[in-house]
Amino acid sequence: MAAVTLLEARGLTRHFGGLKAVDGVDLDLARGEIHALIGPNGAGKTTFVSLLSGRTPAQSGTVRFEGRDITRLPAHARVRQGIAYTFQITQVFANLTTFDNVALAVQGRGVSKRLVRETSAALERVGLADCADEVAGTLSYGHQRLLEIAMGLALNPRLLILDEPTQGLAIGEIENFKRLIEGLVPERTVLLIEHNMDVVMDLAHRITVLNFGQVLSTGTPEEIRANAAVQAAYLGGQA
Amino acid sequence: MRDRALLSHLGLVAVLMAAHWMLPAYHHDAVAKVLVLSVYAMGYNIAFGYTGMLSLGHALFFAAGLYGAAMPLTLWGWTGGPALAAGLVAATVLAAAVGLLALRTRGVSFMIVTLMFAQAGYLTILYLGRWTRGDEGIVIAQPLRRIMGLDLSDGATRYLAALLLFVLGLLACLHLVRSPFGRVMVAMRENEERARMLGYNPFTVKLAALTLSGLYSGAAGAAYALMFGYAGASLAGVQYSILPMLWVLLGGAGTVAGPFLGCLLMFYLIDYASVITSATLLVVGVALVALVLFAPKGALGALRDRLGKEGRAWLP
Repeated sequence: MAAVTLLEARGLTRHFGGLKAVDGVDLDLARGEIHALIGPNGAGKTTFVSLLSGRTPAQSGTVRFEGRDITRLPAHARVRQGIAYTFQITQVFANLTTFDNVALAVQGRGVSKRLVRETSAALERVGLADCADEVAGTLSYGHQRLLEIAMGLALNPRLLILDEPTQGLAIGEIENFKRLIEGLVPERTVLLIEHNMDVVMDLAHRITVLNFGQVLSTGTPEEIRANAAVQAAYLGGQA
Repeated sequence: MRDRALLSHLGLVAVLMAAHWMLPAYHHDAVAKVLVLSVYAMGYNIAFGYTGMLSLGHALFFAAGLYGAAMPLTLWGWTGGPALAAGLVAATVLAAAVGLLALRTRGVSFMIVTLMFAQAGYLTILYLGRWTRGDEGIVIAQPLRRIMGLDLSDGATRYLAALLLFVLGLLACLHLVRSPFGRVMVAMRENEERARMLGYNPFTVKLAALTLSGLYSGAAGAAYALMFGYAGASLAGVQYSILPMLWVLLGGAGTVAGPFLGCLLMFYLIDYASVITSATLLVVGVALVALVLFAPKGALGALRDRLGKEGRAWLP
């Protein structure tokens, strides 16, 4: 079992004052899977992945990545270990060119000679090659989302954490996004926070549902769809 | 490949070389001083303009270069070369030490902490008046102001030495800001949290940039001592922390040639204003208000924006 588990979170906890944002969450990510994290607004999804990426320190619990305990590792060191995080609210470097944005991700891996070629390839992969010289802040919102994903991919991560990547994308762009993500596995593992249920049901191999900072249920899309507690807490609330 | 940025900056160097033969004596000396102080401004620009660290304590590093060269020359009988090197080392080590402590803070706290370090340095200079001569300052006798057989008290030699230092600083800065590390510096300025999530440790990047900034400031300070023969506490005061910031803002923060342009403009602004009035600081203040209102990115920053893609190619 250990060989197929990429990341293992045990009892992760983060409270903000009286608010139990994340309260003793366990999660296993299998190597090469697309794992979706869903739940109502305020369920603690973003806080939970912040604990995984190291942006927020955990108050208790452990995170193991590739068998190593990374609970105390700062965020930038976790990126170097292979955990990439793309932001929910697009945070590209608005005053830099599209090329420079992605080059920052590529050169951080120690690439120097092939920097231009690898950066161009990363832009090509998400379809932004034509915008390389544009200032990122002038790109359309959909293109900025793609740039954000290109930066995550250019880190060449083993685990890619995507925080609501399809938010604000047009329907055609969502189809392209789904194909892009499907192409990443099984070489990489994807943890996806997503509100769009079509995207979740199409892409995810397994789904974890959070509610009030705790795991409500984990299972395949079919199991989650059939789960009465999930329906009550989340799917039912939407219908 | 046509390297437009290198062309534009070599053009500036050519103009300054031509100025050596064309300028009358008064302006010749003035521009030599501006060239040395521009190196200080370039150092400030590396920290503030490119990496986004708003320091109010750079006079400490300038003064470390100044006294680091002046004291070995006058007190311990060192020659020009080793004294210059001592100034560089003193400022660089001091900048790294201040950075280790001050970079635990950011924003307004960073401004206050750097200001306090610089004030502590200023008061230390006054306290150690027996060696530093405090307010009165150290006057370096003409025979001591030599480096590799060149007499730096001579106007023509001084101009060329100042130009050499300036060109080294300018080209090194141009190379730096277009290197991968320069890109990371700008990433820290633009969005530190995003840069961290690309795997960069903000602390080490900023520490490296601040140390380099200290090296530039120290080079300017040590050269100032050798070329103009004076090291005084007034050059370590808070106004010498503010001045490089004003030069950089005027010329264009985050542009390679901006610090020189800002320093030159400010020097002549004060120079001409002093003919009309004794309230030169008022003129400086009005100029800065106008700058903030009409060209908040400074002269070259505004020009670069206006030129779009071409602007970014010519003026990194």
